[in-house]
Amino acid sequence: MKLRQIAHARTGDKGDTSSISLIAFDPKDYARLAQEVTATRVKAHFGALVAGEVIRYEIPSLGALNFVMRQALGGGVTRSLILDTHGKSLSSALLDFDIPDA
Amino acid sequence: MKTLRIGAGAGYAGDRIEPAIELAQKGALDYLVFECLAERTIALAQQARRKNPAAGFDPLLGERLQAVLAPCRQAGTRIVTNMGAANPLAAAEAAARIAGKLGFSGLKIAAVTGDDALETIAGSKLSIEENGKPVSALGDSLVSANAYIGAEPIAAALAEGADIVITGRAADPSLFVGPLVHAFGWSFDDWHRLGQATLIGHLLECAGQVTGGYFADPGVKDVAGLARLGFPIGEVSEDGSVVVTKVEGSGGQVTPATCKEQILYELHDPARYLTPDVIADFSQVRVTQIGPNRVLVEGASGQLRPELLKVSLGVAEGFTGEGQISYAGPGARARGELALAIVRERLALTGVAASELRFDLIGLDALHGTALSARGGHEPYEVRARVAGRTTSRAEAERIGREVETLYTNGPAGGGGVTTSVREVLGVLSTYLPRTQVAPAVHMLES
Repeated sequence: MKLRQIAHARTGDKGDTSSISLIAFDPKDYARLAQEVTATRVKAHFGALVAGEVIRYEIPSLGALNFVMRQALGGGVTRSLILDTHGKSLSSALLDFDIPDA
Repeated sequence: MKTLRIGAGAGYAGDRIEPAIELAQKGALDYLVFECLAERTIALAQQARRKNPAAGFDPLLGERLQAVLAPCRQAGTRIVTNMGAANPLAAAEAAARIAGKLGFSGLKIAAVTGDDALETIAGSKLSIEENGKPVSALGDSLVSANAYIGAEPIAAALAEGADIVITGRAADPSLFVGPLVHAFGWSFDDWHRLGQATLIGHLLECAGQVTGGYFADPGVKDVAGLARLGFPIGEVSEDGSVVVTKVEGSGGQVTPATCKEQILYELHDPARYLTPDVIADFSQVRVTQIGPNRVLVEGASGQLRPELLKVSLGVAEGFTGEGQISYAGPGARARGELALAIVRERLALTGVAASELRFDLIGLDALHGTALSARGGHEPYEVRARVAGRTTSRAEAERIGREVETLYTNGPAGGGGVTTSVREVLGVLSTYLPRTQVAPAVHMLES
């Protein structure tokens, strides 16, 4: 199944760094997110789109993870040639991530 | 126990104006805050000020103030905004003129200055965060340098009785922290409270992003009434907790989910959110729905503020040129690919000097490249070919769009809807200054 079935997400940007929150619709699914959606797997999911490292932060009180992805915006919002210079659409790509059915 | 009502009337420079009017008329607000200053906006404003010393503040300042000033006066609502951009003093003078024209004399309007650090750092050996080079290496390409200042001068202006406070590069949450500290009499070394106030600012500063904007995903996350989205109100208690809500009957929704997305928006380490006021900790925050469109947010804290202030550098980095053309029907993708190949060859043949080029098929791979989009695996009915490149001169940038436009008569069959554009690139870099080298000041004007 896709992450989109159990979680929602929002992208933010600072310079060439993209941050994506991943939030369980039902807090009971947080443990599953924490187990399945690791920084390594997220880095692999985005492939060439993210040149730098991916760091994961955990916020259990919100049932959420936060992914910080370096060198992900083609040099940053002000100078990138990418159509979506802020990377706003990256959250939707994260929700396309496959996780095992419960 | 008293509750303070603070609203957000704009989340960026070009934001909708009617939701702010709605807040001013029906929000029963103590404070209305307009956050209108992105990093790049202040560099553009600095350029405008160089051409005209009376310019350099937000061009929508007049329109926004004219729209909300009367209802704000009626409700006793004070206004705080960073619409001063590169010229807070000129903005305050403009605000005084507008107030006068509307018949409000004796209004106190404060300009907060001191963020402009260009003279302090131009030519210095301070290290640029993004590339490690000294600021001096930027030479004449450095067009602006603005330190992020905090909530203290804003609170000071309010203590002096300001009805309107206009800043330049203040940190976004500080626009909210200033009024909260002033109203509750908190201290600027009460890190716990400042952490909570910063969370409140962070929740509200993007306006509609906490009331259902930037959220809807039909079938999964449905939101009603986005065409008349209501902007947020924070009902803040003396203990630093907040209830996020909006004007009854306005569009959108305030739910734990909308609040959680905004709490984490643009955060890196949630336990260390750095502002000029505090290092805020959002890692233990809790959200609870306590009524329709009413969400209680609590549990933030903070620790000693950073000794260094971030300075945003605006840097002239040449130009980008761009052209687009569309293809539809059977074979659209192949014709779009052919179009891109032709332009690629033409740019080389004619010697267009671009330091970087990009070739996209919008509808196929423009947003996430081929690796992710290939998983969709469909043949689109239509595609839009897009070529973009970086150049040092405007003339060179124009040649890129022209090579796309000539596809009309020289390219694949059925190409239509060409658009071309050239844009000046203002890159944003960062460095840091000890706070002792930044001296915010409050100037009080009267209408």
